Amino acid sequence: MLRLTRATFGYGGRPILQGVSLQVRPGELVAVVGPNGVGKSTLVKACCGLLKTAPGAVTIDGQDVSKMRPRDRGRGVAVIPQAASLPEAFPAMDVVVLGRTPYHGWLGRESGQDRTIAWRAMERTSTTHLAERTIGELSGGEQQRVLIARALAQAARVLLLDEPTAHLDLRFQDEVLRLVRSLATEERLAVLLTLHDLNLVGRFADRVILLSNGSICKQGVPSEVLTPAVLAPVYGIEIHVTRHPIHGTPLVLA
Amino acid sequence: MARSSTDPLTLSAAIARPARRLRQAADWAWAAGALLLLAGLSVALGTVPIPPGMLIRALVAALFPGPLSAGVPETLTTILYQIRLPHTALIALTGMALAGSGAAYQGLFRNPLADPYIIGVASGAGLGAVVAMALHWPTSLLGTAAIPLAAFVGAMVTVGAVVQIARVSHAMPATTLILAGVGIGSFMSAATSLILMTSSDQLHRAIGWMLGGFSLGGWKPVLASLPYLVVGLSLLSLLGGPLNVLQFGDEQALQLGLDVERVKLVVVVVASLVAATAVAFSGIIGFVGLVVPHIGRLLWGTDYRRLIPLAVLGGGAALLAADILARTLLAPRVIPVGIVTAILGAPFFLWLLRRAKGLRHW
Repeated sequence: MLRLTRATFGYGGRPILQGVSLQVRPGELVAVVGPNGVGKSTLVKACCGLLKTAPGAVTIDGQDVSKMRPRDRGRGVAVIPQAASLPEAFPAMDVVVLGRTPYHGWLGRESGQDRTIAWRAMERTSTTHLAERTIGELSGGEQQRVLIARALAQAARVLLLDEPTAHLDLRFQDEVLRLVRSLATEERLAVLLTLHDLNLVGRFADRVILLSNGSICKQGVPSEVLTPAVLAPVYGIEIHVTRHPIHGTPLVLA
Repeated sequence: MARSSTDPLTLSAAIARPARRLRQAADWAWAAGALLLLAGLSVALGTVPIPPGMLIRALVAALFPGPLSAGVPETLTTILYQIRLPHTALIALTGMALAGSGAAYQGLFRNPLADPYIIGVASGAGLGAVVAMALHWPTSLLGTAAIPLAAFVGAMVTVGAVVQIARVSHAMPATTLILAGVGIGSFMSAATSLILMTSSDQLHRAIGWMLGGFSLGGWKPVLASLPYLVVGLSLLSLLGGPLNVLQFGDEQALQLGLDVERVKLVVVVVASLVAATAVAFSGIIGFVGLVVPHIGRLLWGTDYRRLIPLAVLGGGAALLAADILARTLLAPRVIPVGIVTAILGAPFFLWLLRRAKGLRHW
């Protein structure tokens, strides 16, 4: 379980977000939303220990992230960064095997077991047919699924995704989020992701955290947060919410 | 989304990868074969060429005196063991050190143009070595270790300064790395020249050494550099795994549980030690550390666990080839090998620079 308790963090002493308290339980998919530049990516970085936080402010299964060794952090939380830089010539399977990094020492070599775990993770994300292709020649959606497989190979209980649907077309957006949704439910992962598209949030998230002006403005189930009364002041425009004709989930229109 | 079924055959194929293993074994055979062939050629060629049959007999004869040694002149054995073999060994070791450290620097800086010469480390090591010579450290208590250690200090100071200057926020673009390397390298070279000019005659032989001539003869430099290079190159080869993770950038590497700062520190120290040792005993030889890892990447792929040891073998072969050219092109005159590598390597570097934006294999 990922827990933030009155966490304050930012870059170079300048706080971006203040007094953030939230938790993500196993099996739960929590979406972080808010206007551009509000600090969604910063929140993700703080959750995986890339940013300094006060002692005890960010914990994973009760362990203080700021005090964890890099290896333990790698075993506790897996991250899929926004616009991840990928060395193009790496075969997809080799990328996934690197998810096993926190399980061996510097000079440790991957074992057959590591490769088996990587292969299972690729089966889970339907990417085994891409195993020998280089990561650079895959489409954006395929790359995202390979990175999700790498995160699964990490076998961490907490999964963070920063804008996993950015630059993906409708079909890939749907595919990636359905995959993440099923991982949360079936593998009992605690998933925290940032999203721009509020309609995807309405369809896939268990809970929504709305950021505004350096802190959490509201959190709750999508039907509570995705309302004109809550969203309009944060985004500064008139907002209409209707129902998705098939899923019945909130549909947000400007 | 359809879940692919578990096919045990595909799984075992993905784990064992027989075709890939075979191809990889062939890579090792090629690299080692080229190194041995060029080493043989290097030993055989010279003012007195030694025919292959005689070479083998002379090599065996010295180890197992017996009927085989009958037709081998003693002068030949002396030339072979006192001049040719140590020279060939030092050339091969130097090439290995330059290519190994070059590959490690490239992986560390995630920059295809890093090379001990281009980023100024060689000049820094040269300055350290010349300072040690000028102060007559070799005759003091540190003995033969003084020059490589002084070169190592010079290399570390240089690499530290270059990294500080070249870093633009978290990244290190190729342009700033090269400019910082050129700037600091020029400063180090100028300081070196100044010391050489104002010092006694004894240092004049250092000028030849600066150009990458192998003026020191015999087994002494080979034996003195061997421990540093064996330890350093073995370590670099073992650090291929962490270097692979670093290719994804610092943030992802941290998220994958790698102790990024410590890995970087270890790689930069070991690579600089290896490069400094090469400079201390063989002078400043450019471009081997740039060209060999590059060709290696094209031939063998970007997996640093394989690339570094293969580049080590390839570097030995490449410098042996350059040295053979240096000794035969204008024979009986010998061109400093650093001139040969620069004439062949600099155009390659410029070509890389031109297409650096589109390095697809990087």
